[in-house]
Amino acid sequence: MSAWVWIGVALLGGFGACGRFLLHTLIDTRVAGDFPLGTLVVNTSGALLLGLLTGLAVEGDALLLAGAATLGSYTTFSSWMLETHRLAEDGKRLTAAINILLSLLVGVGAVALGRAIGAHI
Amino acid sequence: MPTKVVPNLDRHALTAVFLGGAAGGLLRVWLSRYFASGTTSWPWAIFAINVTGSFALACLATWWKERPPESRFHHPLWTTGFCGAYTTFSTMQLEIFELLDRHRYGLATGYAIASIAAGYLAIFLGTALVRQQRALA
Repeated sequence: MSAWVWIGVALLGGFGACGRFLLHTLIDTRVAGDFPLGTLVVNTSGALLLGLLTGLAVEGDALLLAGAATLGSYTTFSSWMLETHRLAEDGKRLTAAINILLSLLVGVGAVALGRAIGAHI
Repeated sequence: MPTKVVPNLDRHALTAVFLGGAAGGLLRVWLSRYFASGTTSWPWAIFAINVTGSFALACLATWWKERPPESRFHHPLWTTGFCGAYTTFSTMQLEIFELLDRHRYGLATGYAIASIAAGYLAIFLGTALVRQQRALA
C-alpha cells in the first residue's frame, strides 16, 4: 500500500470523525429526550453507506478509503457503549436495552438494504 | 441573520476532532489490516479495537467529567476524535452481515453478543477504575 493511500486514510478518517461530530451535535441539540438518537442516526447511515459500497462491488484501495477509513471513522462503537452505560446508570435500563437492540437490528438491516440497493443500480 | 446549521460550533473542537479522528482511523485501519482474519472466522481485529477503545473512552470521559482539562482541545481530540474513530460500528455490522450471508449464524450471533458484552464491560471497568482512583486521591 502506497504512502498516498495511508495519507488518504488519515485525512478521510479525520473528515469522517468531523461528519459524526457535526451530525451528532446537530441532532442532540435539536431533539429532546433521553434517547441517544445522534449516535443511532450516525451509525445507521454509516452502515447503510458501507452496505451500498459493497453492493456496488467497490473493492481494493477504493473500499479501504471510502469504507474502512471514512465510514469506519464516521461510525463509532465506543460512544454507543458509553451512552448505553450512562443510561443504565441513571436507572433508564429499558432505554439502554432498546438502544442496544435497536442499533444492532437496524445496523445489520441497513447493511443489507444498502447492499441490495447497490446491487440493483 | 442566517440560522447556523450547528449552533455555537466550536472551531477548536472541530479541528481537534479532525486530528483525533485521523489518528484513530489510521491506527484502526493499520491494525485491522495487520491482523486481518478471513470472512468466515471470528473478526478479532475489530473486536479487540472496539473493546480497547471503549475502555479508553470510559476512562477519559469519567476523568474529565468532573475535572475538565484546561485546554478546550484535549477533550474532543481524545474522546469524539480518537476513541470515536478508532472504534467502529459500520465495519462490525458488515462483518455480522457477511457471517450471516455465509450461513455462519452461530458465529455472527456470538460475535455480536460478545462485542456488546465485552464493550459494555470495558466501559463499566474503565468508569469504576477512574472513580476509585479519584476516591483514593
